Amino acid sequence: MAGSGTAHLRDASASLLRAENIVVEFPIGSTGLKVHAVSDVSLDLLPGETLGLVGESGSGKSTTGRALMQMPSPTSGSVLLEKHDLTKLSGSELREIRPQMQMIFQDPISSLNPRRKVTDIVAEPLRIWKRGTSAEQAALVDKTLESVGIDPEGARSRRPSEFSGGQCQRICIARSLMLEPKLLICDEPVSALDVSVQAQILNLLQDMKERYGLTMLFIAHDLAVVKNVSDRVAVMYLGKLCEVGNPDRLYASPAHPYTKTLLDSIPPPDPDAPKGDFAGLSGEIPSPVAPPSGCRFRTRCPNAKELCAQVEPVMTEVGEDHFVACHFPLEGTAVSL
Amino acid sequence: MTDTSPHSQNSPLLEVRNLSTSFRTERGVVHAVDDVSFVLERGQTLGVVGESGSGKTVLSRSVMGLLPDRNVIREGQVLYEGTNVIGYNEKQMSHVWGAEMAMIFQDPMTSLNPVMKIGKQITESLRHHLGVDKEEAKATATALLRQVGIPEPERRLNEYPHQLSGGMRQRVTIAIALACGPKILFADEPTTALDVTVQAQILDLLDDLQRDRHMAMILVSHDLGVVASRTDEIMVMYGGKVVEQAATSDLFRSMKMPYTEALLRSIPRIEHPSHTRLEAIPGRPPNLLSPPKGCNFAPRCRYVQEKCLNEEPPLESASGHAWRCWYPVGSEGNREALARNTAAGVPVGVPAPGAMSSAGSN
Repeated sequence: MAGSGTAHLRDASASLLRAENIVVEFPIGSTGLKVHAVSDVSLDLLPGETLGLVGESGSGKSTTGRALMQMPSPTSGSVLLEKHDLTKLSGSELREIRPQMQMIFQDPISSLNPRRKVTDIVAEPLRIWKRGTSAEQAALVDKTLESVGIDPEGARSRRPSEFSGGQCQRICIARSLMLEPKLLICDEPVSALDVSVQAQILNLLQDMKERYGLTMLFIAHDLAVVKNVSDRVAVMYLGKLCEVGNPDRLYASPAHPYTKTLLDSIPPPDPDAPKGDFAGLSGEIPSPVAPPSGCRFRTRCPNAKELCAQVEPVMTEVGEDHFVACHFPLEGTAVSL
Repeated sequence: MTDTSPHSQNSPLLEVRNLSTSFRTERGVVHAVDDVSFVLERGQTLGVVGESGSGKTVLSRSVMGLLPDRNVIREGQVLYEGTNVIGYNEKQMSHVWGAEMAMIFQDPMTSLNPVMKIGKQITESLRHHLGVDKEEAKATATALLRQVGIPEPERRLNEYPHQLSGGMRQRVTIAIALACGPKILFADEPTTALDVTVQAQILDLLDDLQRDRHMAMILVSHDLGVVASRTDEIMVMYGGKVVEQAATSDLFRSMKMPYTEALLRSIPRIEHPSHTRLEAIPGRPPNLLSPPKGCNFAPRCRYVQEKCLNEEPPLESASGHAWRCWYPVGSEGNREALARNTAAGVPVGVPAPGAMSSAGSN
């Protein structure tokens, strides 16, 4: 099982969220074929930790995030939020637990209702859950808007179209914090933003994490962004985890050939940077309808051998808090940074 | 082009002089591109860097004459091989498009016709510009697809865009753009919609094609990393204006414009340890309907002085490096400005009180 196994999971009693062997499959019409979007992925998050989930489009990273939120629920596997297995809860039980998990999406403008005022958008979670009087709600809205860097006085009665993308993302963050969630899932929260605004939002998320004691799953395709925000990084490819570990160690000496390729593909903002002997990745990501046997990366891997086609590698520890699912992990191949 | 001027061989391939482009809107006139000049020689690559709203896309469209006539004001000159193509009508431009200048766009899905076979989309311009027959056009199209690295090109000719991946689609748009052997390729964020591994493939492909064909390229991107290793010269745009322009190695070695410096500092870098605090640029880009009186970047600049808020800095240049700042990075004036602002404890974008005695020296 390429990228399967649970060696990288930590003590179950200490984790806030623990997802084991999640599988998400989507049937294709009545053909009997299935899209294997996520295949046996296990993840855990300790309280206060940020896990960065990185991968290219089609790797299943967003589907994984949504499977944790139970929208939709995974085909199989378990998702434990503290003691509750979310996959086994009934609709109303799940609804009771949902305020503890919130999500932020990629496009901040389309995730806000253009017809509603900012104050209504941000106060809605409180209204739905009937928390506090309307005066208390208004006070909390103001306080939260203030904390995400939006002036409540000017913003309250305006609509999303009057704000820039960065400001809309701040409003989305404010809304997600209203119910004081334990877990925040951020799906590409900065990829639609300009570089100068991206840094503001990343810093804000960091501040909010400290202020509200959040645990975050940060899904993104940008490796530098993920490294910046994460306490732990998981690399995904075609519905499987390739490598999990401490960001500094994982980036300095990637053990999975795919991770190394990803890192080598990033153009450094420096014309004098050595180009190295990077050959690039050939071919394309295979179809998730009929993924390759054995290791899913083998069709594009420069080191693939026969074993890789036959046996799926399992997560194994290669260093302190550094796990890889590869039969022939790279050793001491420090990336030239 | 039909009416090439006699001295075309001596003129640069493309020279843009004082090009301004404005849009008339309900809320007023937006100066999207303001007084931009540059020269592009054969085989060279010019990088245009800027954030959304900086005018980089409007600039390339304006140069290519791809903007509508209604409510668009274009001023200045666009000299292609010595001939001004501003004022050309659509019929005249149609000889330029594809054959002389071609463009590839950010989103390969929307720039391809979803209901037309790929083969037809490539052969269309071949038949129009070069007047070749069907069989020959098809053979050329197959060769082009092979050249841009598409496997089984004969089969792909009969497929539709939705049957290809994003990277493959972008390869098709490149094949279409190159079909008639243009001398200039405008690549507007060609890799922004693509994955990082595919981005590397496409940039390498563009590099190779450019070298083989001795083609000039204008590479528009918001990503300093993308332009750093792929360009000869870089133009940084902010709020419709060129704020810094220099040879690529020069620009990265000695940045003069505080905006360029701030932009580079705000990017998370892969070599920095995890949780490094980012030096974000506060505020947001200027509103082009009512741009600030002085320097466009002043409200977000950490070196800002009174003068910056009141007087607009001109584009100054020394030995091929141009910048638009009263207190350029690395100058004595800049160090003093920062020291004053730090001492006064003012937030970024607010000048230290009291007039600065001397004007910024370089």
